[in-house]
Amino acid sequence: MTKKHAATTRLWHWVNAAAIIVLFMTGLNISNAHRHLYWGDYGFDPADAWLDVIRFPGWATIPQHYNLALARDWHITAAWPFGLGVLFIWVAMLANGHFRRDLTTSPKDWTPGAVIASLKAHSAPGASAVHGYNPVQKILYGGVFGVLLPLMLFTGLAISPGFQAAAPWLLDLLGGRQSARSLHFITAWAIFAFFVIHLVLALSDWRLILEMFTGGKRDPHPEAPSVPPAPPQPDPVPAEMEAPAHG
Amino acid sequence: MVDLPRRSLLAGIAALGATACSKINDSEAARGLFEAAEDGHRAVHRALAGKQGLAPEYTRAERSPTFRGNGSVTVADPFYKQQLAGGFPDWKLEVRGLVEKPLALTLADVRALPQRTQITRHDCVEGWSAIGEWQGPQLAHLLDVAKVKPEARFIVFRCADTLYGRDYYESIDMVDAYHPQTIIAHSLNGEPLPEKNGAPLRMRIERQLGYKQAKYVKSIEAVTSFDSIGQGGGGFWEDVAGYQWYAGV
Repeated sequence: MTKKHAATTRLWHWVNAAAIIVLFMTGLNISNAHRHLYWGDYGFDPADAWLDVIRFPGWATIPQHYNLALARDWHITAAWPFGLGVLFIWVAMLANGHFRRDLTTSPKDWTPGAVIASLKAHSAPGASAVHGYNPVQKILYGGVFGVLLPLMLFTGLAISPGFQAAAPWLLDLLGGRQSARSLHFITAWAIFAFFVIHLVLALSDWRLILEMFTGGKRDPHPEAPSVPPAPPQPDPVPAEMEAPAHG
Repeated sequence: MVDLPRRSLLAGIAALGATACSKINDSEAARGLFEAAEDGHRAVHRALAGKQGLAPEYTRAERSPTFRGNGSVTVADPFYKQQLAGGFPDWKLEVRGLVEKPLALTLADVRALPQRTQITRHDCVEGWSAIGEWQGPQLAHLLDVAKVKPEARFIVFRCADTLYGRDYYESIDMVDAYHPQTIIAHSLNGEPLPEKNGAPLRMRIERQLGYKQAKYVKSIEAVTSFDSIGQGGGGFWEDVAGYQWYAGV
């Protein structure tokens, strides 16, 4: 238990990363088939659309040209590791304490002061060695695990005509099939936004990415004797002024 | 001039990428994976909903104001055109193949069978939906009257329309064939089917996407396999574009 990231977390992280890249890029190809979004149960007339979506260019889609059949093949296939993965990581997080330790928030985590302190701490040197999540991380990761990933999964299930017979209540809950489709689209972009922030922050320190493979080291307790030395700070006192004390 | 090699290199890399992708997509491993994923979705849907689990039905107030026609919206066949003009007096719906008692029903015969009326949602593979009220006999009833042989595994629908020079057809398995909401509709929103929506008869298979809902149906055929029909994909769009045979996702 001295690893920073549990093996289950690391396994899920990379399988999920591959799955959501395929799902997102095939999803953009599928979006090109009918570039209008509606609220409610039905919707086919672009005049009724709440949003007319751009045509996503080939470089952003899988495959790189418009092919609804192939895009759906990949989408339907990648939905399996994604959906089972969400279930898997929730079970793992509840079992190993990751959820309770890192994702549950208290009211004080939601205050502006806590947010500012988090942002300051995150940009401070040596921030990656700090144990646990700060309030902003708790809120963001909690939102991803608690809201975005399950919403993506359930809206996807709800728009499948074969699944609706199993859970007609799901469509009612989401406000109808076209609402579920709109929410599927919105949530995909919310996950994309998280993905971009996540990637930029991870790329700021390559060790963070490496740790998601190796597991890294959980920072030891302050009283433990093996505390690593603090990152070298610029010496505030010029060496020559220190010399007499030593002499 | 200086640009040329670099450009051709880039083009070469792009072509290599495209080839690699199409190789992955066409490879037997990828095909097998896609089919396994599709079969998995079908198995889960059937396990959770049950073989007879119903698609949601709506009230009249929840219908869409119109019902979009898509794919074939008109039929070129001269016999069809003449029948359409006269209200389909000589149209015959055949039930054939692996049945003990082949049938040939007029539109009046179809209307005289026990009817089911259902207000259901039609989901196109492209993403849009429309809601309409359909009426017609259950396919299960017709199959019982024709006495389907036990070796039949699929029901094939053959249609009067052609697209890209090919006859439209579709197929479903016996679970969907005997599903209570699988009907041969002759009316939409209380009126005889308009041409764009499949006059005089179209299928409603409510737990699958729009391309399974064969229009302008001429015959219903019980078979053990659809390998020798069309290109063997089990339907027009399956053959032409590689759409999934199970259109429940």
